[in-house]
Amino acid sequence: MNSIILQLAAKYLKILFLLFALIALIRGHNYPGGGFIGGLLAALYIVYDSLAFTSQQIEKKLRIHPEQYIGAGLLCALLSFIPGIYSGSSLMKGVWLSLDIPVIGVTKLGTPLLFDIGVFLTVMGVTLLFLFTLSTKR
Amino acid sequence: MLIILILYLVLAFALFLIPAKLSKFKPLLIAFFHLCLFGFFMTHLPDVAAGKSIDIHQQWIPQLGLNFELRLDGLSMVFALLITFIGFLIFIYALTYMKSYTGTTKFYFYLTLFSGAMLGLVLSADFIQLFMFWELTSVLSFLLISYFNENEQARKAAFQSLFVTGFGGLCLFAAIILIGSIVDSYSLSEWLENAHLIKEDRRYLPALVLVLIGIFTKSAQFPFHFWLLGAMQAPTPVSAFLHSATMVKAGVFLLARLYPILGGTPEWTQVVSLFGALTMLTGSYLAITQIDIKLILAYTTISALGVLVLLLGMDTQQSVKAAMVFLFVHAFYKSALFMLAGYITKETGTRSIDKIGGLIKTSPIGFVIAMIALFSMAGLPPMLGFIGKELIYEAKFDSPWMSTALLIIGVTSNIFMVTIAFLFLFEVFLGQANEGQKKSDSSYKFLLFSPGILALLSLGFGLFPDWLTQLVGPALNIIRMDDVQIKLKLWHGLNQVFFLSLFTVMVGVLLFIHIYKHKQVIRVWQRVNNRIFSINFTKVFSSGLDKFIAFSSKNTQLIQHGYSRFYIITIIVFTSILLIFQLYITRGWEIESTFTLQPFYISGLVLIIMLSVLMSVLSTHRLFTIIAMAVTGYGISLIYLYYSAVDLAITQIIIETLMVVMFVLVLRRLPKFAKLSNRRTKMRDAFIALGFGLIMTFLALKAINVDFNPSISDYFVDNSALKAYGKNVVNVILVDFRALDTLGEITVLTIAALGVYTLLNVKKTKK
Amino acid sequence: MEILLSALTGLLYAGGVYLILRRSILKFIIGIIFMSNATNLLVFLSAGIVPGQPAFVGDAPSDTELMADPLPQALVLTAIVIGFGIAVFTLALKYKFFKATSTDDLDQLTNTDA
Repeated sequence: MNSIILQLAAKYLKILFLLFALIALIRGHNYPGGGFIGGLLAALYIVYDSLAFTSQQIEKKLRIHPEQYIGAGLLCALLSFIPGIYSGSSLMKGVWLSLDIPVIGVTKLGTPLLFDIGVFLTVMGVTLLFLFTLSTKR
Repeated sequence: MLIILILYLVLAFALFLIPAKLSKFKPLLIAFFHLCLFGFFMTHLPDVAAGKSIDIHQQWIPQLGLNFELRLDGLSMVFALLITFIGFLIFIYALTYMKSYTGTTKFYFYLTLFSGAMLGLVLSADFIQLFMFWELTSVLSFLLISYFNENEQARKAAFQSLFVTGFGGLCLFAAIILIGSIVDSYSLSEWLENAHLIKEDRRYLPALVLVLIGIFTKSAQFPFHFWLLGAMQAPTPVSAFLHSATMVKAGVFLLARLYPILGGTPEWTQVVSLFGALTMLTGSYLAITQIDIKLILAYTTISALGVLVLLLGMDTQQSVKAAMVFLFVHAFYKSALFMLAGYITKETGTRSIDKIGGLIKTSPIGFVIAMIALFSMAGLPPMLGFIGKELIYEAKFDSPWMSTALLIIGVTSNIFMVTIAFLFLFEVFLGQANEGQKKSDSSYKFLLFSPGILALLSLGFGLFPDWLTQLVGPALNIIRMDDVQIKLKLWHGLNQVFFLSLFTVMVGVLLFIHIYKHKQVIRVWQRVNNRIFSINFTKVFSSGLDKFIAFSSKNTQLIQHGYSRFYIITIIVFTSILLIFQLYITRGWEIESTFTLQPFYISGLVLIIMLSVLMSVLSTHRLFTIIAMAVTGYGISLIYLYYSAVDLAITQIIIETLMVVMFVLVLRRLPKFAKLSNRRTKMRDAFIALGFGLIMTFLALKAINVDFNPSISDYFVDNSALKAYGKNVVNVILVDFRALDTLGEITVLTIAALGVYTLLNVKKTKK
Repeated sequence: MEILLSALTGLLYAGGVYLILRRSILKFIIGIIFMSNATNLLVFLSAGIVPGQPAFVGDAPSDTELMADPLPQALVLTAIVIGFGIAVFTLALKYKFFKATSTDDLDQLTNTDA
């Protein structure tokens, strides 16, 4: 399909999709959501894109390749295990940081969040890789 | 000492980092390393000679009671010195010998690792650890024999040696565990302390048999000797190092190590000396009729190993002393001869003794070296071999068991040795140079360096045997567990042993003259041998193996027929039967739930899902099938949603959407469903499927009423907010409590993605 | 409700098995998806079904007895995603298979050389 309306809509809806995915990721620790759901949502925007553009066009637009997302995701997940060692307890133990940010209030940042970001990136990368490889004409 | 072993490993891998330009320095580097090690062990010699031992104790897997223990005592000192010194010479030798081959880095890598493993073996003071090094040497021997891996014979020989030594290794392992279960430890010192306990235990005999199988396979005792002959396919440095001086001696080493633990019983004496004597005789007898110079040496090696085993089996002070001296004798002359054989092959381009002759003209130095080494082998004065042989005769005279028989066998075997020594010397170096013999190549002169040194040692130690007492004495005390001073001398006086030696040499020389004059004798002899020894062990081995493989492949084809549907049917049917059985046994048939249709909208939903499943199954149109599948998925997600699984529902919805997209992407490039099955198979499949479905329904019903151990879930729920600061317990489980599982899962996803990517992107290479 | 849901699970299994036994690979893949859905449902059901009480804990201690069990949910969540990965992988495999052999018939897949 090569519809101008779809393409224009995709341009703006993309931001919405990604924003939605990020929110799902961040609030996942307390409310429904999380890395898996966020990652899948983020990948959905590409599905929407692929309705509007051909896959070659999308691949050209994409600055980061899916493989890199996967690598970064796995790296994040692994890195999140390390602080546990240095905080005096065992590997993979969650370490939390309490930050008092104005406006938002007291926010807790911890290694599980980093791990969830890793899951997010991996799932997104994997789904994108699936989509690209299956949709590319050979 | 631990550092030495680690250094070996580092050095072996470092070989790959040395640039190709400097590749000829690789063997020199390792040779130098061996020389340093030799020096290191030498500095400890006075301590060890004084009866001390150096122990290193490192915890390894304390939970299993496994430790890394090294011990440098009299016995391991002897072997360590031999390994490092001969290793040094071998690498010097290999520098010249291997220069015309490619892939030498790999060769040196294996050889260095082997040397390290061998050193680890002799230094081990823990038997599990010893076994690991033992197996390592087997594997590396396999790799080294198959160095010329384009040659089918070399591959076969390598496989054969691995098979035989691997089998022995397994037996040894079982024996170690057996003995370990008696004393509840694998440590050498524990075993030594509880030696009497081991000997009294009823597990002693099976353990002894298994240990001896391990030792006999490694040290190429009859009837396992044949692998050593095949091993001659290896490059000559390997033959000289592994298959004469070190690896095959590992069995002898272990025999000596276990001597104070298992030895001293009648079983030990009889079995060990019997096999030793048999090997000794067969080896030397068969050596005479060989034509290939390397095979001649291999057979004499087998014979010599037999001598060593026999001496350790005879179980007297004299015999062990003789064994230790003979160890040196053999190491010196046999390595020298192997290296000479390599040199001769390089010079003449052949290994057949018939085609070589008159080498004395082109290589007088080689002749001198060969003469010294061969005289040592024949046991002529003033070589070290003479002392060794005198001691052996003496030991046999003193043997409390079958002294006369042993003497006769020993003398016969030695007569053959004398004959072989002279035959080798005359056939190769004297006589007419054959036509077509390659012109001498002076670039290989350097190959004579290493055998020369060994030959000098044979002579030097023969003239000054006192030097050897320092080495032999401590080893002897370790093996016999007592404290005696020994003396070695060249001249024993005119006693019966001397006359026996004289007789041996005379008969040997006469036999040689006879054979040399009448060349056809050998031919006749060969024919007779072929008649008598018609069992070719190598052939028996390989045909037996072929039959075994044919047998198992026939069986495999019966079960592995290649139709996936029948595999699945088998799996499903058996799963069903097992499930019925298990459910009946443990749970009974009563259903505890009551049937309701409340709430109605869920009942309706379930009905819709059921219908869509049926539609998906029965539809003949692809798109319908997929749409029905999607409806099923969405319906299930609604069920999740209703029954308090919010995250599940969201995930399922998105996944279902993505799945449909993926299917459509692939589907447009695929053909329509073809009608492939007939009515009967459909009925059969439907029957199986419905039966399975029924059982699974029942299982689900039973599962609902099973109480999981609640503590796990309760722990998660209770601690989610407190310890992990998360309100969404499902998410907290995923990213915090069970994060390692999740890591595994995203790794699986990654692998799946990479699989898809490579499947579709890698172009098939045309043949 | 348990009986109806169990019957659904059973039917999903039956459909899955039936499809897996078909010679067409596409049906085979759909069969696998059905089977994985059925298994997810089985695991989910095995913890008992609790309507309208998701496993969220507030700052105040809540009554854990009434709450849905979060552990099977966590298990099933990852299983769904992995099932998706496997389904796509088999799909790609099937696509490659069709390109190499031009057939949809599993029985044609008797040797490894195309």
